[in-house]
Amino acid sequence: MALRRRRRARPVLSTVRPGAALPPPSALELERRAWRTRRARRSTLVALASTLLFALVAWFAVTRSPGWPRVQATFFSPSAALESLPDIARGLLVNLQVLVVGGVLVLVVGLGTAALRTLRGPAFAPLRILATVYVDLFRGVPLIIVLYLVGFGFPALGLQGVPTSPFVLGTAAIVLVYSAYVAEVFRAGIESVHPSQRAAARSLGLTHRQTMRIVVLPQALRTVTPALLNDFVALQKDVGLISVLGAIDAVRSAQIQVGRTFNFTPYVVAGLLFVLLAVPSARLADAVTARARRRQQSGSLL
Amino acid sequence: MSVLELRGVVKAFGPTVVLRGVDLAVDEHRVVALIGGSGSGKSTLLRCASLLETVDDGQVLLDGEDVTDPRVDADRVRRRMGVVFQAYNLFPHLSVLDNVTLAPTVVHGRPQAEAVEEAQALLDRIGLADKAAEFPDRLSGGQQQRVAIVRALAVRPRVLLLDEVTSALDPELVGEVLALVREVAGQGMTIVMATHEMGFARQVADTVAFLDGGVLLESGPPGQVLGEPQHPRTRRFLARVIDAGRL
Repeated sequence: MALRRRRRARPVLSTVRPGAALPPPSALELERRAWRTRRARRSTLVALASTLLFALVAWFAVTRSPGWPRVQATFFSPSAALESLPDIARGLLVNLQVLVVGGVLVLVVGLGTAALRTLRGPAFAPLRILATVYVDLFRGVPLIIVLYLVGFGFPALGLQGVPTSPFVLGTAAIVLVYSAYVAEVFRAGIESVHPSQRAAARSLGLTHRQTMRIVVLPQALRTVTPALLNDFVALQKDVGLISVLGAIDAVRSAQIQVGRTFNFTPYVVAGLLFVLLAVPSARLADAVTARARRRQQSGSLL
Repeated sequence: MSVLELRGVVKAFGPTVVLRGVDLAVDEHRVVALIGGSGSGKSTLLRCASLLETVDDGQVLLDGEDVTDPRVDADRVRRRMGVVFQAYNLFPHLSVLDNVTLAPTVVHGRPQAEAVEEAQALLDRIGLADKAAEFPDRLSGGQQQRVAIVRALAVRPRVLLLDEVTSALDPELVGEVLALVREVAGQGMTIVMATHEMGFARQVADTVAFLDGGVLLESGPPGQVLGEPQHPRTRRFLARVIDAGRL
């Protein structure tokens, strides 16, 4: 190995000035960008073509089926749809009322139940156990059975002061079931707040309740908003179930029309109205979820 | 009378005994540095002192009052201490100003305007007055930790407990936090700090206490404990620290 005098290394100084505008992209980068654009365009075209093909096949399969003319007349009759629309729309107002009243009650009862479940200490054991039993019970029972039990069971008691309106009883049943779900969503949110936040609050002298109200719950709510909106979308369609108690809502109105004309189009109309109701909420839920994800990625938490 | 005194404090988590009877007295205007390897019980000691953990035996006395007595309202005791954590633990959903004014207004019932004025003055002193309206995630680690120190000072505590306040920081940001601690100490605040910054402990602390295996093995003036450690375990610990280039 040849012995060579080692030259003293000189520091390499960059000629790029910090803060100056970027030079135009290199040929290499331009070629990369062009390739990415080409690939994206090709993927879009492939997706479009396959979607069209599938739609065509489905369309032919359905319209060429032997029963299609009868199905079309029974389920997709424009005249029957137009005729039933006013009654169904009026019924939908009842659903909306249940949705608003029920939605607010669900938030209150759910949050209360969640708070009870997070209480520590032996003195609160009965409340904690009660809340746990309630959640287990009403998450397990199908909504329709709760509707029957509340809707027909309570009036049958014949007690004075017990409401008999299917609207009130239906709302009560829905609130009972949904609050159990929402309580668990809230509890997950409360437990997702890092214990160090609680330690910091308590070290400042905040009491357990102040810590909950000022530090834990605001952070928990932010975390669970997407999940809550998702439950709200589910609630929007389940309010249609109060029709089984005889409340004249959208579903019941459709049922009455079907009974009169033996045409099932009103059901489709009612279904479409519920979908129209759900779409804005679903988009809102998406937007809120996306925003929460962006916040998290920017490292807003520890 | 000491501001803060620990007498035979014992703490175990399940089968793991972390503190095996620790005695420590901190006099007014004094700075005590707790040193020791990770897992030696420094953080647990501070958490016991601030009543964030319940001791399994022994006593914690604040101004002579036994605050480990279950009949004592722990929330009232915590109001008289300030704690700063390794991971800052600022409240991410509150602005910097709200972080600082929260305890003075909510816990101590001071008028909002007065608390805000005082918080602004404190933030001004650490050069972060222009960040008052920002949320903590817009601040660097060093800035967040300085806000956390100010938040703890805003309640005018009797004693400040610092739990490795520079351990989560990039090396270039350690200096600004230590400078603030030095300033606070210079103003006469009583401080107990768990730290790995031996050079800082040597300069600022009145007493250095070496914790090992849940026992205070050695404590005394920094020159003595860091310069001529008596216990072989202290010597071994300091040798490791020197090897790591931290002293």
